[in-house]
Amino acid sequence: MAQNPNRPISPHLQVYKWGPHMAVSIFHRATGFVLATAGMLTLLWWLASIASGPESYATFQAYVVTAGEEATPWQSVSNWFFRLVALAVLFSFFQHFFSGIRHLLMDLGAGYELTTSRTWSIAVFIASLTATAVAAMFAISRFLGI
Amino acid sequence: MGSGTGLGRVRGLGSAKHGGQHWIDQRLTALGNLLLTNWLVLSLILLPNFEHETVAAWLAQPSVAVPMILMLISIFWHVRLGLQVLIEDYVHDEGNKFAAIVILNFYVIGAAAFGIFMVAKHAFTGAPA
Repeated sequence: MAQNPNRPISPHLQVYKWGPHMAVSIFHRATGFVLATAGMLTLLWWLASIASGPESYATFQAYVVTAGEEATPWQSVSNWFFRLVALAVLFSFFQHFFSGIRHLLMDLGAGYELTTSRTWSIAVFIASLTATAVAAMFAISRFLGI
Repeated sequence: MGSGTGLGRVRGLGSAKHGGQHWIDQRLTALGNLLLTNWLVLSLILLPNFEHETVAAWLAQPSVAVPMILMLISIFWHVRLGLQVLIEDYVHDEGNKFAAIVILNFYVIGAAAFGIFMVAKHAFTGAPA
């Protein structure tokens, strides 16, 4: 089926000059997608494994967190895959979180002046990167004992 | 604009003017997510460990199962609204757009139902031995 010529289309990424304001907006969308898919599916697996008993929970831990000394090659690959997923989800969570608060404040009508908007856009990135680093170090020390 | 059939009279008039509800729902679920994900993160930090026994007893409590179910509802509702906008903005082919919206609705309703069922089953029946 073809495109409906009567409907307006959204301008895509390539028409914008990169800057903090547009970056924070496109990151809000991209991180939302990551949270909606990778984040929520992993959370659901965790909840289901708790509800399904110790064996299911052990399977979740072996594939997602760490399989310890006796890890099979497949489990090690899976562990590293989920560590990358965890890092992406952590960053996405904090980025979407801070960017979302910025959106809610802008919905109240605040922060539309160009310099203010720019400042808060940059602040969102700094806050989310800092929070991601802190949370990742916390998670590494707690779950991997490093 | 036609003057005969009902469809002919409304064709070309634009939206049904229900977009405001979508916008409000997105903000309300955002506030819900803000509260409930903070609750989840704080609860997880306060857990003494992540052994099955500990998390199973934690999740079975009404004061945990209920906000967990509410969080799943709030998040998946927000996901439906948010990804709908992404699809409408970036998938321009009418057929693909329709298919993507259908898949999105199946995903959020299916995933939310699965999560809510698992938490409820666990809270009602306790951890299996």
